[in-house]
Amino acid sequence: MYEILTNIFNSEIIAILIAAFLPLFLFILPFALFAVYLERKVSAFMQDRLGPMRTGPYGVLQTVADILKLIQKEDIINKDADKKLFNLAPVLVFAGSYAAFAAIPFTSIYIGTSADIGLFFILAISSLVVAGILMSGWASNNKYSLLGAMRSAAQIISYEIPTALVILSVVMITGTLSLNTMSEIQTAYFWNWTIFGGAEWGIQKILLIPFMIVAFVIFYISSLAEVNRTPFDIPEAESELVAGYHTEYSGMKFAIFFLAEYANMFAVSAIAASIFFGGYQSPFGYFGNLIGLEWLIPLEQLFWFTMKGLFFVFVQMWLRWTLPRLRVDQLMTVCWKYLIPYAFVNLIIIGLISLI
Amino acid sequence: MKEYLKNTWLGIWTVLVGMKITFKHLFTPSVTIQYPDVKVALPDRVRNRLYVNMDDCIGCDQCARACPVECIEIETVKSLPTEDLGKTSNGKKKALWVTTFNIDIAKCCYCQLCVFPCPTECIYMTDSYEFSEYDRNDLVYKFATLTSTEVKEKKANFEEFQAQKEAEKAAAAKAKAEAAAKAKEDAKANDNSKEDKPKE
Repeated sequence: MYEILTNIFNSEIIAILIAAFLPLFLFILPFALFAVYLERKVSAFMQDRLGPMRTGPYGVLQTVADILKLIQKEDIINKDADKKLFNLAPVLVFAGSYAAFAAIPFTSIYIGTSADIGLFFILAISSLVVAGILMSGWASNNKYSLLGAMRSAAQIISYEIPTALVILSVVMITGTLSLNTMSEIQTAYFWNWTIFGGAEWGIQKILLIPFMIVAFVIFYISSLAEVNRTPFDIPEAESELVAGYHTEYSGMKFAIFFLAEYANMFAVSAIAASIFFGGYQSPFGYFGNLIGLEWLIPLEQLFWFTMKGLFFVFVQMWLRWTLPRLRVDQLMTVCWKYLIPYAFVNLIIIGLISLI
Repeated sequence: MKEYLKNTWLGIWTVLVGMKITFKHLFTPSVTIQYPDVKVALPDRVRNRLYVNMDDCIGCDQCARACPVECIEIETVKSLPTEDLGKTSNGKKKALWVTTFNIDIAKCCYCQLCVFPCPTECIYMTDSYEFSEYDRNDLVYKFATLTSTEVKEKKANFEEFQAQKEAEKAAAAKAKAEAAAKAKEDAKANDNSKEDKPKE
Protein backbone atom coordinates (compact mmCIF):
# COMPACT_ATOMS: atom_id res chain seq x y z
CA MET A 1 0.00 0.00 0.00
CA TYR A 2 2.69 2.40 1.10
CA GLU A 3 4.91 1.54 -1.88
CA ILE A 4 2.01 2.04 -4.28
CA LEU A 5 1.33 5.48 -2.84
CA THR A 6 5.01 6.40 -3.04
CA ASN A 7 5.05 5.38 -6.70
CA ILE A 8 1.91 7.35 -7.49
CA PHE A 9 2.94 10.61 -5.82
CA ASN A 10 6.68 10.31 -6.27
CA SER A 11 7.15 11.69 -2.79
CA GLU A 12 7.47 9.84 0.47
CA ILE A 13 6.04 12.65 2.59
CA ILE A 14 2.80 12.84 0.65
CA ALA A 15 2.54 9.06 0.68
CA ILE A 16 3.04 9.00 4.45
CA LEU A 17 0.45 11.71 4.99
CA ILE A 18 -2.10 9.97 2.80
CA ALA A 19 -1.44 6.62 4.40
CA ALA A 20 -1.83 8.23 7.81
CA PHE A 21 -5.11 9.97 7.04
CA LEU A 22 -6.63 7.11 5.08
CA PRO A 23 -8.14 5.22 8.03
CA LEU A 24 -9.41 8.46 9.52
CA PHE A 25 -11.40 9.63 6.52
CA LEU A 26 -12.21 6.30 4.96
CA PHE A 27 -12.91 4.40 8.11
CA ILE A 28 -13.21 6.16 11.44
CA LEU A 29 -15.41 9.08 10.42
CA PRO A 30 -17.91 6.93 8.50
CA PHE A 31 -17.73 4.37 11.26
CA ALA A 32 -18.46 6.99 13.95
CA LEU A 33 -21.40 8.29 11.92
CA PHE A 34 -22.72 4.77 11.54
CA ALA A 35 -21.99 3.69 15.12
CA VAL A 36 -23.84 6.62 16.67
CA TYR A 37 -26.85 5.75 14.52
CA LEU A 38 -26.47 2.08 15.40
CA GLU A 39 -26.23 2.89 19.09
CA ARG A 40 -29.43 4.90 18.97
CA LYS A 41 -31.26 2.23 17.05
CA VAL A 42 -29.99 -0.62 19.22
CA SER A 43 -30.91 1.21 22.41
CA ALA A 44 -34.30 2.07 20.97
CA PHE A 45 -35.08 -1.47 19.87
CA MET A 46 -33.96 -2.89 23.19
CA GLN A 47 -36.38 -0.54 24.92
CA ASP A 48 -39.18 -1.31 22.42
CA ARG A 49 -38.93 2.13 20.85
CA LEU A 50 -38.21 3.16 17.28
CA GLY A 51 -35.29 5.54 17.70
CA PRO A 52 -34.65 8.31 15.18
CA MET A 53 -37.24 8.14 12.39
CA ARG A 54 -37.65 11.71 11.15
CA THR A 55 -34.32 12.70 9.57
CA GLY A 56 -34.19 10.83 6.33
CA PRO A 57 -35.68 7.37 5.79
CA TYR A 58 -35.60 5.54 9.13
CA GLY A 59 -33.57 8.43 10.54
CA VAL A 60 -30.33 7.51 8.75
CA LEU A 61 -29.33 11.18 8.49
CA GLN A 62 -29.68 11.76 12.23
CA THR A 63 -25.95 11.67 12.94
CA VAL A 64 -25.23 13.97 10.00
CA ALA A 65 -27.71 16.43 11.47
CA ASP A 66 -26.04 16.05 14.87
CA ILE A 67 -22.62 16.78 13.40
CA LEU A 68 -23.99 19.85 11.59
CA LYS A 69 -25.47 21.04 14.86
CA LEU A 70 -22.17 20.53 16.69
CA ILE A 71 -20.25 22.43 14.00
CA GLN A 72 -22.60 25.41 14.31
CA LYS A 73 -22.31 25.60 18.08
CA GLU A 74 -20.39 28.30 19.85
CA ASP A 75 -17.00 27.24 21.12
CA ILE A 76 -17.16 28.08 24.80
CA ILE A 77 -14.11 28.24 27.03
CA ASN A 78 -15.08 29.04 30.58
CA LYS A 79 -13.48 32.03 32.26
CA ASP A 80 -11.38 30.21 34.83
CA ALA A 81 -10.25 27.40 32.58
CA ASP A 82 -6.61 26.72 31.93
CA LYS A 83 -6.89 27.63 28.25
CA LYS A 84 -3.80 25.89 26.90
CA LEU A 85 -4.54 22.54 28.53
CA PHE A 86 -8.23 22.94 27.82
CA ASN A 87 -7.60 23.25 24.09
CA LEU A 88 -4.93 20.59 24.02
CA ALA A 89 -6.89 17.89 25.84
CA PRO A 90 -9.37 16.86 23.08
CA VAL A 91 -6.55 16.71 20.55
CA LEU A 92 -4.49 14.50 22.85
CA VAL A 93 -7.41 12.19 23.58
CA PHE A 94 -8.18 11.80 19.91
CA ALA A 95 -4.52 11.41 18.97
CA GLY A 96 -4.17 8.66 21.56
CA SER A 97 -7.10 6.70 20.29
CA TYR A 98 -6.29 7.30 16.64
CA ALA A 99 -2.67 6.26 17.04
CA ALA A 100 -3.85 2.80 18.06
CA PHE A 101 -5.17 2.35 14.52
CA ALA A 102 -1.63 2.52 13.18
CA ALA A 103 -0.91 -1.01 14.36
CA ILE A 104 -4.26 -2.55 13.47
CA PRO A 105 -4.24 -4.58 10.25
CA PHE A 106 -7.33 -3.78 8.22
CA THR A 107 -6.37 -6.17 5.42
CA SER A 108 -3.26 -8.13 4.57
CA ILE A 109 -2.12 -5.23 2.35
CA TYR A 110 -3.09 -2.27 4.50
CA ILE A 111 -1.54 -1.70 7.89
CA GLY A 112 -0.36 1.67 9.20
CA THR A 113 2.90 0.39 10.55
CA SER A 114 4.17 -3.16 10.26
CA ALA A 115 6.19 -2.73 13.44
CA ASP A 116 6.85 -6.04 15.20
CA ILE A 117 5.70 -4.65 18.55
CA GLY A 118 2.22 -3.65 17.39
CA LEU A 119 0.36 -4.86 20.47
CA PHE A 120 2.87 -3.28 22.83
CA PHE A 121 2.54 -0.03 20.89
CA ILE A 122 -1.23 -0.12 21.22
CA LEU A 123 -1.07 -0.76 24.97
CA ALA A 124 1.40 2.07 25.41
CA ILE A 125 -0.25 4.63 23.18
CA SER A 126 -3.75 4.05 24.54
CA SER A 127 -2.43 5.06 27.96
CA LEU A 128 -1.87 8.51 26.49
CA VAL A 129 -5.63 8.93 26.55
CA VAL A 130 -5.47 9.04 30.36
CA ALA A 131 -3.22 12.09 30.17
CA GLY A 132 -5.69 13.81 27.85
CA ILE A 133 -8.64 13.00 30.05
CA LEU A 134 -6.86 14.19 33.20
CA MET A 135 -5.89 17.36 31.36
CA SER A 136 -9.44 18.09 30.31
CA GLY A 137 -10.71 17.43 33.83
CA TRP A 138 -8.11 19.66 35.44
CA ALA A 139 -8.26 22.47 32.89
CA SER A 140 -12.05 22.72 32.98
CA ASN A 141 -11.84 24.02 36.58
CA ASN A 142 -15.05 22.22 37.37
CA LYS A 143 -15.50 19.70 40.16
CA TYR A 144 -17.56 17.32 38.06
CA SER A 145 -14.93 17.33 35.35
CA LEU A 146 -12.13 16.75 37.80
CA LEU A 147 -13.98 13.93 39.56
CA GLY A 148 -14.72 12.30 36.23
CA ALA A 149 -11.14 12.63 35.08
CA MET A 150 -9.77 11.17 38.30
CA ARG A 151 -12.17 8.25 38.16
CA SER A 152 -11.23 7.71 34.54
CA ALA A 153 -7.53 7.71 35.31
CA ALA A 154 -7.97 5.26 38.19
CA GLN A 155 -10.13 3.02 36.06
CA ILE A 156 -8.00 2.96 32.92
CA ILE A 157 -4.77 2.38 34.81
CA SER A 158 -6.33 -0.45 36.85
CA TYR A 159 -7.83 -2.21 33.89
CA GLU A 160 -4.66 -2.09 31.87
CA ILE A 161 -3.24 -4.81 34.12
CA PRO A 162 -5.70 -7.61 33.22
CA THR A 163 -5.57 -6.51 29.57
CA ALA A 164 -1.80 -6.74 29.54
CA LEU A 165 -1.86 -10.13 31.32
CA VAL A 166 -4.30 -11.57 28.81
CA ILE A 167 -2.33 -10.21 25.88
CA LEU A 168 0.76 -11.72 27.42
CA SER A 169 -0.85 -15.16 27.58
CA VAL A 170 -1.90 -14.89 23.93
CA VAL A 171 1.55 -13.75 22.96
CA MET A 172 2.98 -16.85 24.66
CA ILE A 173 0.94 -19.04 22.31
CA THR A 174 1.47 -17.10 19.09
CA GLY A 175 5.03 -15.98 19.80
CA THR A 176 4.57 -12.59 18.20
CA LEU A 177 3.52 -9.06 19.21
CA SER A 178 2.63 -7.99 15.69
CA LEU A 179 -1.09 -8.04 15.01
CA ASN A 180 -0.39 -8.58 11.34
CA THR A 181 1.57 -11.77 11.97
CA MET A 182 -1.03 -12.85 14.52
CA SER A 183 -3.76 -12.50 11.89
CA GLU A 184 -1.69 -14.39 9.34
CA ILE A 185 -1.24 -17.31 11.73
CA GLN A 186 -4.98 -17.72 12.20
CA THR A 187 -5.57 -18.21 8.50
CA ALA A 188 -8.11 -20.11 6.43
CA TYR A 189 -10.91 -21.39 8.66
CA PHE A 190 -12.47 -20.42 11.96
CA TRP A 191 -11.14 -23.42 13.85
CA ASN A 192 -7.70 -21.93 13.42
CA TRP A 193 -8.63 -18.86 15.46
CA THR A 194 -6.73 -18.30 18.69
CA ILE A 195 -9.89 -18.61 20.72
CA PHE A 196 -10.10 -22.20 19.43
CA GLY A 197 -6.49 -22.86 20.37
CA GLY A 198 -4.61 -21.64 17.32
CA ALA A 199 -3.73 -23.23 14.02
CA GLU A 200 -1.69 -26.21 15.22
CA TRP A 201 -3.52 -29.44 15.74
CA GLY A 202 -2.93 -31.63 18.77
CA ILE A 203 -3.75 -32.11 22.43
CA GLN A 204 -2.47 -28.61 23.12
CA LYS A 205 -5.22 -27.05 20.99
CA ILE A 206 -7.99 -28.89 22.80
CA LEU A 207 -6.58 -28.07 26.23
CA LEU A 208 -6.25 -24.40 25.31
CA ILE A 209 -9.86 -23.79 24.25
CA PRO A 210 -11.47 -23.22 27.72
CA PHE A 211 -8.59 -21.04 28.89
CA MET A 212 -8.67 -19.00 25.71
CA ILE A 213 -12.37 -18.37 26.24
CA VAL A 214 -11.63 -17.18 29.80
CA ALA A 215 -8.87 -15.00 28.41
CA PHE A 216 -11.23 -13.51 25.86
CA VAL A 217 -13.90 -12.74 28.48
CA ILE A 218 -11.32 -11.04 30.71
CA PHE A 219 -9.96 -9.08 27.77
CA TYR A 220 -13.39 -8.00 26.66
CA ILE A 221 -14.47 -6.86 30.12
CA SER A 222 -11.28 -4.90 30.75
CA SER A 223 -11.37 -3.35 27.28
CA LEU A 224 -14.91 -2.20 27.98
CA ALA A 225 -13.59 -0.47 31.09
CA GLU A 226 -10.72 1.05 29.15
CA VAL A 227 -13.01 2.78 26.68
CA ASN A 228 -15.32 4.00 29.48
CA ARG A 229 -18.40 2.20 28.27
CA THR A 230 -21.33 1.16 30.44
CA PRO A 231 -21.29 -0.70 32.85
CA PHE A 232 -17.91 0.92 33.47
CA ASP A 233 -18.84 4.46 32.45
CA ILE A 234 -18.31 6.05 35.86
CA PRO A 235 -15.99 8.78 34.43
CA GLU A 236 -18.87 10.25 32.44
CA ALA A 237 -21.74 8.98 34.58
CA GLU A 238 -24.39 11.44 33.47
CA SER A 239 -26.61 10.87 36.48
CA GLU A 240 -23.83 11.61 38.96
CA LEU A 241 -21.26 13.79 37.20
CA VAL A 242 -23.28 15.66 34.52
CA ALA A 243 -20.95 14.50 31.73
CA GLY A 244 -17.71 13.84 33.58
CA TYR A 245 -14.57 15.21 32.01
CA HIS A 246 -16.30 16.72 28.97
CA THR A 247 -18.87 18.71 30.92
CA GLU A 248 -17.33 22.05 29.98
CA TYR A 249 -16.70 21.28 26.33
CA SER A 250 -18.98 22.41 23.55
CA GLY A 251 -19.17 22.33 19.79
CA MET A 252 -16.34 20.74 17.88
CA LYS A 253 -14.20 19.99 20.93
CA PHE A 254 -17.00 17.93 22.37
CA ALA A 255 -17.41 16.29 18.97
CA ILE A 256 -13.74 15.33 19.02
CA PHE A 257 -14.17 13.67 22.42
CA PHE A 258 -17.16 11.86 21.04
CA LEU A 259 -15.27 10.77 17.94
CA ALA A 260 -12.40 9.57 20.11
CA GLU A 261 -14.81 7.49 22.18
CA TYR A 262 -16.26 5.80 19.11
CA ALA A 263 -12.85 5.35 17.53
CA ASN A 264 -11.73 3.71 20.77
CA MET A 265 -14.74 1.44 20.75
CA PHE A 266 -13.81 0.17 17.34
CA ALA A 267 -10.14 -0.02 18.20
CA VAL A 268 -10.65 -2.37 21.15
CA SER A 269 -13.17 -4.41 19.18
CA ALA A 270 -10.69 -4.68 16.33
CA ILE A 271 -7.93 -5.76 18.73
CA ALA A 272 -10.23 -8.40 20.25
CA ALA A 273 -11.06 -9.60 16.75
CA SER A 274 -7.39 -9.60 15.69
CA ILE A 275 -6.14 -11.45 18.74
CA PHE A 276 -8.87 -14.01 19.27
CA PHE A 277 -11.03 -14.16 16.17
CA GLY A 278 -8.68 -14.34 13.24
CA GLY A 279 -8.36 -10.62 12.46
CA TYR A 280 -9.08 -9.96 8.81
CA GLN A 281 -9.16 -13.65 7.93
CA SER A 282 -12.37 -15.05 6.55
CA PRO A 283 -13.87 -17.84 8.67
CA PHE A 284 -14.91 -19.89 5.63
CA GLY A 285 -12.06 -19.45 3.17
CA TYR A 286 -11.91 -16.86 0.42
CA PHE A 287 -14.33 -16.44 -2.42
CA GLY A 288 -11.55 -14.77 -4.41
CA ASN A 289 -9.43 -17.95 -4.22
CA LEU A 290 -12.41 -20.02 -5.33
CA ILE A 291 -13.01 -18.13 -8.55
CA GLY A 292 -9.40 -17.13 -9.08
CA LEU A 293 -9.66 -13.37 -8.57
CA GLU A 294 -6.64 -12.37 -6.52
CA TRP A 295 -7.64 -8.69 -6.14
CA LEU A 296 -10.91 -9.67 -4.46
CA ILE A 297 -9.14 -11.11 -1.42
CA PRO A 298 -8.17 -7.79 0.27
CA LEU A 299 -11.71 -6.52 -0.17
CA GLU A 300 -13.07 -9.67 1.42
CA GLN A 301 -10.58 -9.27 4.21
CA LEU A 302 -11.71 -5.70 4.80
CA PHE A 303 -15.30 -6.91 4.85
CA TRP A 304 -14.61 -9.63 7.41
CA PHE A 305 -12.51 -7.32 9.53
CA THR A 306 -15.23 -4.68 9.59
CA MET A 307 -17.89 -7.26 10.33
CA LYS A 308 -15.98 -8.72 13.26
CA GLY A 309 -15.23 -5.24 14.61
CA LEU A 310 -18.84 -4.18 14.21
CA PHE A 311 -20.05 -7.32 15.92
CA PHE A 312 -18.00 -6.57 19.01
CA VAL A 313 -19.10 -2.94 18.91
CA PHE A 314 -22.65 -4.24 18.83
CA VAL A 315 -21.96 -6.45 21.86
CA GLN A 316 -20.60 -3.38 23.66
CA MET A 317 -23.86 -1.57 22.93
CA TRP A 318 -25.84 -4.64 23.92
CA LEU A 319 -24.06 -4.71 27.28
CA ARG A 320 -24.53 -0.98 27.67
CA TRP A 321 -28.29 -1.22 27.39
CA THR A 322 -28.45 -4.31 29.59
CA LEU A 323 -26.36 -3.53 32.65
CA PRO A 324 -26.58 -0.70 35.15
CA ARG A 325 -23.49 1.30 36.02
CA LEU A 326 -21.08 -0.07 38.64
CA ARG A 327 -20.19 1.84 41.76
CA VAL A 328 -16.58 3.01 42.08
CA ASP A 329 -15.76 0.41 44.74
CA GLN A 330 -17.48 -2.34 42.73
CA LEU A 331 -15.47 -1.30 39.70
CA MET A 332 -12.22 -1.65 41.61
CA THR A 333 -13.40 -4.94 43.13
CA VAL A 334 -14.11 -6.40 39.71
CA CYS A 335 -10.68 -5.42 38.50
CA TRP A 336 -8.38 -6.14 41.45
CA LYS A 337 -10.20 -8.99 43.17
CA TYR A 338 -11.56 -10.89 40.19
CA LEU A 339 -10.08 -10.06 36.80
CA ILE A 340 -6.42 -9.82 37.84
CA PRO A 341 -6.30 -13.11 39.83
CA TYR A 342 -8.15 -14.94 37.06
CA ALA A 343 -5.90 -13.43 34.44
CA PHE A 344 -2.83 -14.49 36.45
CA VAL A 345 -4.02 -18.06 36.91
CA ASN A 346 -4.99 -18.18 33.28
CA LEU A 347 -1.56 -16.91 32.27
CA ILE A 348 0.17 -19.60 34.31
CA ILE A 349 -2.04 -22.41 32.97
CA ILE A 350 -1.62 -21.29 29.38
CA GLY A 351 2.11 -21.08 29.98
CA LEU A 352 2.12 -24.65 31.29
CA ILE A 353 0.05 -25.90 28.36
CA SER A 354 2.34 -24.25 25.86
CA LEU A 355 5.22 -26.22 27.39
CA ILE A 356 3.61 -29.54 26.46
CA MET B 1 -12.72 -19.71 48.07
CA LYS B 2 -16.05 -21.39 47.41
CA GLU B 3 -17.85 -18.09 47.78
CA TYR B 4 -15.35 -16.40 45.48
CA LEU B 5 -16.01 -18.89 42.69
CA LYS B 6 -19.73 -18.65 43.33
CA ASN B 7 -19.54 -14.85 43.02
CA THR B 8 -17.69 -15.15 39.73
CA TRP B 9 -20.20 -17.62 38.39
CA LEU B 10 -23.14 -15.48 39.54
CA GLY B 11 -21.59 -12.40 37.99
CA ILE B 12 -21.22 -14.00 34.59
CA TRP B 13 -24.51 -15.88 34.75
CA THR B 14 -26.63 -12.84 35.70
CA VAL B 15 -25.03 -10.79 32.94
CA LEU B 16 -25.93 -13.50 30.44
CA VAL B 17 -29.51 -13.65 31.74
CA GLY B 18 -29.81 -9.89 31.35
CA MET B 19 -28.35 -10.04 27.86
CA LYS B 20 -30.84 -12.72 26.89
CA ILE B 21 -33.71 -10.47 27.98
CA THR B 22 -32.45 -7.44 26.08
CA PHE B 23 -31.78 -9.58 23.03
CA LYS B 24 -35.39 -10.74 23.07
CA HIS B 25 -36.52 -7.14 23.23
CA LEU B 26 -34.39 -6.34 20.20
CA PHE B 27 -36.93 -8.24 18.13
CA THR B 28 -40.16 -7.34 19.86
CA PRO B 29 -42.12 -4.81 17.82
CA SER B 30 -41.90 -1.30 19.15
CA VAL B 31 -44.77 0.32 21.00
CA THR B 32 -44.11 3.77 19.54
CA ILE B 33 -46.94 5.44 17.68
CA GLN B 34 -45.53 8.00 15.25
CA TYR B 35 -48.03 10.66 16.21
CA PRO B 36 -48.58 13.09 13.33
CA ASP B 37 -48.58 10.22 10.83
CA VAL B 38 -50.43 7.66 12.91
CA LYS B 39 -53.08 8.59 15.43
CA VAL B 40 -54.51 6.64 18.28
CA ALA B 41 -58.17 5.73 17.74
CA LEU B 42 -60.21 7.90 20.09
CA PRO B 43 -63.00 6.51 22.29
CA ASP B 44 -66.58 7.19 21.17
CA ARG B 45 -67.41 9.79 23.79
CA VAL B 46 -64.22 11.87 23.73
CA ARG B 47 -64.54 15.46 24.90
CA ASN B 48 -62.52 17.79 22.72
CA ARG B 49 -63.20 21.01 20.87
CA LEU B 50 -66.75 22.40 21.16
CA TYR B 51 -68.84 22.99 18.10
CA VAL B 52 -72.15 24.81 17.72
CA ASN B 53 -74.53 24.09 14.90
CA MET B 54 -76.02 27.56 14.43
CA ASP B 55 -78.89 26.29 12.27
CA ASP B 56 -80.37 24.71 15.36
CA CYS B 57 -79.44 27.30 17.97
CA ILE B 58 -82.39 29.18 19.45
CA GLY B 59 -80.22 31.50 21.51
CA CYS B 60 -81.66 30.34 24.84
CA ASP B 61 -78.42 31.09 26.74
CA GLN B 62 -78.68 27.87 28.78
CA CYS B 63 -75.23 26.65 27.78
CA ALA B 64 -73.64 29.94 28.80
CA ARG B 65 -75.31 29.73 32.19
CA ALA B 66 -74.24 26.11 32.68
CA CYS B 67 -70.60 26.86 31.89
CA PRO B 68 -68.51 26.82 35.10
CA VAL B 69 -65.70 28.94 33.60
CA GLU B 70 -67.89 31.33 31.62
CA CYS B 71 -66.22 30.73 28.31
CA ILE B 72 -69.42 31.04 26.27
CA GLU B 73 -70.69 34.51 25.40
CA ILE B 74 -74.11 34.87 23.80
CA GLU B 75 -76.01 37.99 22.76
CA THR B 76 -79.42 37.89 21.15
CA VAL B 77 -81.94 40.28 19.60
CA LYS B 78 -85.65 39.54 19.45
CA SER B 79 -87.06 39.08 16.00
CA LEU B 80 -90.05 40.95 14.61
CA PRO B 81 -93.34 39.07 14.50
CA THR B 82 -93.33 39.48 10.75
CA GLU B 83 -89.94 37.76 10.37
CA ASP B 84 -89.77 34.00 10.03
CA LEU B 85 -86.54 32.47 11.41
CA GLY B 86 -87.47 28.92 10.55
CA LYS B 87 -87.56 25.93 12.81
CA THR B 88 -84.86 23.82 14.43
CA SER B 89 -84.41 20.24 13.42
CA ASN B 90 -86.46 19.02 16.38
CA GLY B 91 -89.34 21.34 15.63
CA LYS B 92 -88.78 24.27 17.95
CA LYS B 93 -89.62 27.68 16.56
CA LYS B 94 -86.75 30.12 16.59
CA ALA B 95 -87.59 33.57 17.95
CA LEU B 96 -84.23 35.24 18.54
CA TRP B 97 -81.50 36.51 16.30
CA VAL B 98 -78.21 35.23 17.75
CA THR B 99 -75.90 38.17 17.19
CA THR B 100 -72.90 36.86 19.17
CA PHE B 101 -71.94 33.30 20.00
CA ASN B 102 -68.28 33.21 21.10
CA ILE B 103 -66.59 30.27 22.76
CA ASP B 104 -63.17 30.93 24.26
CA ILE B 105 -61.62 27.47 23.90
CA ALA B 106 -58.55 28.66 25.83
CA LYS B 107 -60.77 28.92 28.91
CA CYS B 108 -62.80 25.79 28.21
CA CYS B 109 -62.28 22.97 30.70
CA TYR B 110 -63.95 20.31 28.54
CA CYS B 111 -66.46 19.39 31.24
CA GLN B 112 -69.30 19.01 28.75
CA LEU B 113 -71.76 20.68 31.16
CA CYS B 114 -72.91 23.01 28.39
CA VAL B 115 -73.95 20.12 26.20
CA PHE B 116 -76.66 18.64 28.43
CA PRO B 117 -79.01 21.63 28.95
CA CYS B 118 -79.24 22.48 25.23
CA PRO B 119 -82.85 21.95 24.21
CA THR B 120 -82.01 21.46 20.53
CA GLU B 121 -78.76 19.55 20.95
CA CYS B 122 -76.94 22.06 18.80
CA ILE B 123 -73.79 22.42 20.97
CA TYR B 124 -71.62 19.34 21.19
CA MET B 125 -68.03 18.15 21.55
CA THR B 126 -66.13 16.99 18.49
CA ASP B 127 -63.12 14.70 18.32
CA SER B 128 -60.78 17.38 16.97
CA TYR B 129 -57.92 18.09 19.36
CA GLU B 130 -55.27 19.68 17.13
CA PHE B 131 -56.10 23.37 17.23
CA SER B 132 -53.12 25.06 18.83
CA GLU B 133 -52.52 28.68 17.91
CA TYR B 134 -49.70 31.16 18.28
CA ASP B 135 -52.01 33.88 19.60
CA ARG B 136 -54.38 33.20 22.45
CA ASN B 137 -57.04 35.44 20.89
CA ASP B 138 -57.21 33.08 17.93
CA LEU B 139 -58.67 30.50 20.26
CA VAL B 140 -61.92 32.50 20.59
CA TYR B 141 -64.22 30.77 18.17
CA LYS B 142 -67.03 32.89 16.72
CA PHE B 143 -70.03 30.86 15.69
CA ALA B 144 -72.63 33.59 15.03
CA THR B 145 -73.66 33.49 11.36
CA LEU B 146 -74.91 37.05 11.06
CA THR B 147 -72.61 39.68 9.61
CA SER B 148 -72.04 42.93 11.52
CA THR B 149 -74.28 44.94 9.16
CA GLU B 150 -77.01 42.37 9.57
CA VAL B 151 -76.63 42.58 13.32
CA LYS B 152 -76.99 46.35 13.17
CA GLU B 153 -80.02 46.02 10.96
CA LYS B 154 -81.68 43.54 13.28
CA LYS B 155 -80.99 45.72 16.29
CA ALA B 156 -82.37 48.79 14.53
CA ASN B 157 -85.42 46.80 13.39
CA PHE B 158 -86.08 45.65 16.89
CA GLU B 159 -85.63 49.10 18.38
CA GLU B 160 -87.98 50.59 15.82
CA PHE B 161 -90.48 47.86 16.52
CA GLN B 162 -90.06 48.42 20.20
CA ALA B 163 -90.58 52.15 19.81
CA GLN B 164 -93.64 51.57 17.65
CA LYS B 165 -95.02 49.13 20.15
CA GLU B 166 -94.32 51.55 22.94
CA ALA B 167 -96.15 54.27 21.06
CA GLU B 168 -99.06 51.95 20.40
CA LYS B 169 -99.11 50.97 23.99
CA ALA B 170 -99.06 54.57 25.07
CA ALA B 171 -101.87 55.36 22.65
CA ALA B 172 -103.80 52.36 23.86
CA ALA B 173 -103.31 53.37 27.45
CA LYS B 174 -104.47 56.87 26.68
CA ALA B 175 -107.51 55.59 24.87
CA LYS B 176 -108.21 53.26 27.74
CA ALA B 177 -107.86 56.07 30.25
CA GLU B 178 -110.17 58.27 28.22
CA ALA B 179 -112.65 55.46 27.89
CA ALA B 180 -112.52 54.86 31.61
CA ALA B 181 -113.05 58.52 32.34
CA LYS B 182 -115.98 58.60 29.99
CA ALA B 183 -117.51 55.54 31.54
CA LYS B 184 -117.11 57.09 34.96
CA GLU B 185 -118.87 60.23 33.84
CA ASP B 186 -121.65 58.18 32.32
CA ALA B 187 -122.09 56.22 35.47
CA LYS B 188 -122.23 59.42 37.51
CA ALA B 189 -124.88 60.78 35.22
CA ASN B 190 -126.86 57.57 35.63
CA ASP B 191 -126.54 57.79 39.38
CA ASN B 192 -127.76 61.33 39.34
CA SER B 193 -130.77 60.46 37.26
CA LYS B 194 -131.49 57.59 39.64
CA GLU B 195 -131.31 59.86 42.56
CA ASP B 196 -133.50 62.27 40.76
CA LYS B 197 -136.24 59.72 40.75
CA PRO B 198 -138.76 60.35 43.45
CA LYS B 199 -139.18 57.80 46.19
CA GLU B 200 -142.28 55.95 46.14
